[in-house]
Amino acid sequence: MSLELQNISRSVNGECYIEDANITFEAGSFNVLLGRTLSGKTSLMRLIAGLDQPDTGRIMMNGIDVTGVPVQKRNIAMVYQQFINYPNLTVFENIASPLRIAGIDSQTILKRVNAVAEMLHIENFLQRLPLELSGGQQQRTAMARALIKEGGLILFDEPLVNLDYKLREELRVELRELFKVQNTIAIYASTEPSEALALGGVTTLMHEGKIIQAGHVNTVYSLPNSIESAELFSEPPINILEGRLEDTSASIGEHATFTFNTSNDLTSSGAYRFGIRPHHVSLEKNNSDDVALDLRVDVAEISGSETFLHMANGELVVVAQLMGVHQFHTDASVRVYLPIEKLYLFNSMGTMVQAPAYLSTEKNVRQLSEGIC
Amino acid sequence: MTKRKIIGISLYIFFIMLPIYWLVMMSFKSNEEILGSLTYWPVSFSLDNYATIFSDPSWYMGYVNSMIYVIMNVVITLLTALPAAYAFSRYRFLGDKHLFFWLLTNKMAPPAVFLLPFFQLYSSVGLFDTHIAVALAHCLFSVPLAVWILEGFMSGVPREIDETAYIDGYSFPRFFIKIFIPMIRSAIGVTAFFSFMFSWVELLMARTLTSIEAKPIGAIMTRTIGGEGVDWGLLAAAGVLTIIPGCLVVWFVRHHIAKGFALGRV
Repeated sequence: MSLELQNISRSVNGECYIEDANITFEAGSFNVLLGRTLSGKTSLMRLIAGLDQPDTGRIMMNGIDVTGVPVQKRNIAMVYQQFINYPNLTVFENIASPLRIAGIDSQTILKRVNAVAEMLHIENFLQRLPLELSGGQQQRTAMARALIKEGGLILFDEPLVNLDYKLREELRVELRELFKVQNTIAIYASTEPSEALALGGVTTLMHEGKIIQAGHVNTVYSLPNSIESAELFSEPPINILEGRLEDTSASIGEHATFTFNTSNDLTSSGAYRFGIRPHHVSLEKNNSDDVALDLRVDVAEISGSETFLHMANGELVVVAQLMGVHQFHTDASVRVYLPIEKLYLFNSMGTMVQAPAYLSTEKNVRQLSEGIC
Repeated sequence: MTKRKIIGISLYIFFIMLPIYWLVMMSFKSNEEILGSLTYWPVSFSLDNYATIFSDPSWYMGYVNSMIYVIMNVVITLLTALPAAYAFSRYRFLGDKHLFFWLLTNKMAPPAVFLLPFFQLYSSVGLFDTHIAVALAHCLFSVPLAVWILEGFMSGVPREIDETAYIDGYSFPRFFIKIFIPMIRSAIGVTAFFSFMFSWVELLMARTLTSIEAKPIGAIMTRTIGGEGVDWGLLAAAGVLTIIPGCLVVWFVRHHIAKGFALGRV
């Protein structure tokens, strides 16, 4: 089963929720919808599910137009951020509910419920009511109900957000395992770049109601097509430095000048923006041609084994992600080094014009081309 | 609990219970004793007053009539208020907020205002002195309250449960009966209780819209004022029997009512 959205738009009270979405979800694929809150992930899922109707466009399942088909007839399943179960039915009946409606005999139901419950480790709670379970178990029940349907499409709307950190990690791993065997399209909405990277599959980036990039998770991460994509899919967000380029001589304001080789002659001279991920910013000079920037420390944020160093100099703002715990005094002067081969080049419109040189090494090219699917 | 609290609560209960105690005591006394010197408990205990009520159809039919229209009222109220409250809690439609408020304004008018139109209307369509007439008249007051209470409870049920049910394949009627109604059963209990109580204690409409066939117990009780004066004992016994159904209903829904109060809609 494949799913295709063609020119889907929806606005409510003049506010645009989804703008001209065009995307295809392949059969058996695992898809992550990545975007900030209010970027339209839930709206898109509700359109796919048939809970809302698009203003324009068509939704095709297996090449058949299902745009106006009521949700009951779509053979989909959905797991919400809140733990949604029927509070007056036991866990067993909750999981069995789609099968009961489909009129499947109770022998088969018993077998299938037990199988799914075992997969999700809730086989010991089948006779309880959902509200007698912990949050994680409640969400497992909701997932079991979604999985048992064996429909063509499962939608996960940030299902792990309301769980504690440990449970989230655990369920995320299991979820990925479950979908290795299921031949259904899974669409998973998330706000966290790290979650998208951990889940893998196809990543679709959403921003302000628009799909801005889609592709294999590694491709989208390594080759963002715009500053928006790069900022969205990078945690902490990618550093963007305003600069200029005249032939091969580049400058970042008054702060640094360096030689930057453009691989094609499409890039003309003018204003450009350089992008570098925080974990590529270094306090030590590793190569002779590293770009040096003199900055002052704003704040050093220590998160366990890493330090996020926020620095600025005038309009120039740089965040460095450093391994280990480092202490810095506010306003201390620091010199950071940016490796040239890890710089992204964006034009003044924010479109990426050149990927970092290190990505074109043989190994990376192979990985990326495998990723493109 | 401190001593002061115990004394306070005891006093409170004493003052609440005193008139009820007096009523119950009177129902076991004879008229001579009631009108005689002050006694704190029945000197000559008798069940004669109750025997009279249970043996005379003109008495006990009053209870039967009251019960019939009260149950009719509760059923009609629930059947109409459930869909209405669901619509108010789930859908946005033109003028929904105004309509919701308008429902409540029905409760602002005193029932006496509606007496004359109801009486005239029911007489002309042949509904006068029927149980359904009283039940319908009472619906004017119990339906808005029921919608108000039920809407509060229904809005507390996440909309995602409805959607999950549709995704599972439930049709709307099946979802409503199998999933939704059981989820709000305490709300239904509270609603039924309030429409029961309203209809059970309401006297003005019930009395005006009936004459013989559907005469409620409240109206019959005024009969005890006869030529030879007031039959105090009989009246007291009828009063005790009128309290009992209310007590029973309160007993059954006492847990749900606390929930209803917590939601702030009762």
